[in-house]
Amino acid sequence: MRRRVLPGLTLSLGITLLYVGLIVALPLGALIFKAASLGPEDYWRIISSGRALASYRVTVLSAAAATVFNLVFGLALAWVLVRYSFPGKRLVDAIVDLPFALPTAVAGIALTTLFAPNGWFGSWLSEAGIRVAYTPLGIMIAMAFTSLPFIVRTVQPVLEDLDPALEEAAQSLGGSDVAIFRKVILPLLVPALLAGVSLAFARSLGEFGAIIFIAGNQPFETEITALLAFIRLEEYDYQAAAAIASVLLITAFAMLAVTNFLQARALRYTARS
Amino acid sequence: MSKYLRKAKPPRVGDAPAVRRSLIAFVLLVGAVLILAPLVVIFVQAFSQGFSTFARTIAQPDTRHAIFMTVATALIAVPINTAFGIAAAWAITKFDFPGKRLLTVVIEIPFSISPIVAGVAYLFVYGLQGVFGPALQAADIKILFALPGIVLASMFVTAPFVARELIPLMQAQGRDLEEAATSLGASGWRTFFSVTLPNIRWAMLYGVVLCNARVMGEFGAVSVVSGNIRGQTNTLPLHVELLYHDYQTVGAFAAASILTALALVTIVAKVILEHQGAGRAGRPMLAGPAVEAKETHQ
Repeated sequence: MRRRVLPGLTLSLGITLLYVGLIVALPLGALIFKAASLGPEDYWRIISSGRALASYRVTVLSAAAATVFNLVFGLALAWVLVRYSFPGKRLVDAIVDLPFALPTAVAGIALTTLFAPNGWFGSWLSEAGIRVAYTPLGIMIAMAFTSLPFIVRTVQPVLEDLDPALEEAAQSLGGSDVAIFRKVILPLLVPALLAGVSLAFARSLGEFGAIIFIAGNQPFETEITALLAFIRLEEYDYQAAAAIASVLLITAFAMLAVTNFLQARALRYTARS
Repeated sequence: MSKYLRKAKPPRVGDAPAVRRSLIAFVLLVGAVLILAPLVVIFVQAFSQGFSTFARTIAQPDTRHAIFMTVATALIAVPINTAFGIAAAWAITKFDFPGKRLLTVVIEIPFSISPIVAGVAYLFVYGLQGVFGPALQAADIKILFALPGIVLASMFVTAPFVARELIPLMQAQGRDLEEAATSLGASGWRTFFSVTLPNIRWAMLYGVVLCNARVMGEFGAVSVVSGNIRGQTNTLPLHVELLYHDYQTVGAFAAASILTALALVTIVAKVILEHQGAGRAGRPMLAGPAVEAKETHQ
């Protein structure tokens, strides 16, 4: 055991524990306490009601679709940013972070304006018979927007560090570009892709601000779970709000565990290669 | 010169001109639709009725008050959060104590939680149906539906911002410099200000910039705890929503354009700070565990 020479343990740890306790643990504890005070039957009735189940379905399916979209687009974006040079590349690289920097409500009204039936894209799409705003497709687009940077930013550094010798070896053995990408490059990217996917998916499950403007918010059809919790609050149904919020909380903890596992694995993987 | 060098090397995977051009075109096209168009539409809408209408909407008392609320929230929440981030990083990287790993995980929790859940949780602490609600009402202290509630909810959603920038950096820097300073007789504060702070200032500023952007832009958590009272507890993002639902499109986008300008300033600051070595390449701005199991001192 090393002797402590540095001062300030009591002060710094005290501030940390006080802040974490008051700001983070206390409210989450209060929420869990409130949900737990419901009793198993009431709790189950609320979280398995038809409207709640429909909201889980909308949320999870839209989040999955948005994540798949970002898996393809995010990987392509990371690839283009790392492997090619073209005018304006640094600008593109910087603007990838816009979804994180832009307040979600602002993103929400901007996307709604673009995709509404009379918007720039919406009018064009509605001629083709595709409705985006006020449908699950709109929810998906809002989720895709807010979670875009996750996959780009987890894949980018791994692509940068990729050893060119691996590709050269594969090329000298006569592999085609497609084959080398599939068999040599992609497997090396999988851990980072998985970590990015879990982060993007988790973010999409909890997203609120960007979605509620574009979703239309019809119960059973375009109502996300976070909004249902909010509506129950506005109806002064605090128990239902607590129960539904607790479902989101438990999901978030589960996703946190998955993300931590995948990210630790991705880091170990990169450290080894 | 580089031209010859490139010629000497075999083309890398995906360097065929057709592949290269089509991938760049695909990325730029989707990027233009998904990222650039929202940015452009905000300003187009905000100025759709000319600059004077824009200026008039911004100058409305409700909008001015919302700007004031947003700035006031940031002025309180960001410094407290920064102090917490420094304290947490100091405790976690300069000392060994049981439960250290758990503490770092707990600090990261707010990142994973839906802002709505955060807002609802705060209601059950300070609301009338919450733990302290009745006692607070008896004492006539207003936390919810007032500035303190907005500040608290903002502090929740941004709790990890500064800490997550400092912890990995201070862990990598180790304890030797600080230990040398104290053994030469410097006080704890002196050691921090003369030895530690100069080494972490860019990373700290990076965390502060991101924290500030999130505090000023937070919507979900704040919308639960603020009560959305016009001219009283509306922050700027909430005011955007209110105007938008009132069909005051120009007003909503004018207010939104202020927040968008803030976002653009944030991105520029981020790029500048990254040139100073802040922010670790390859970590998403708002995600993931900040600390790995590696310890510099065992």
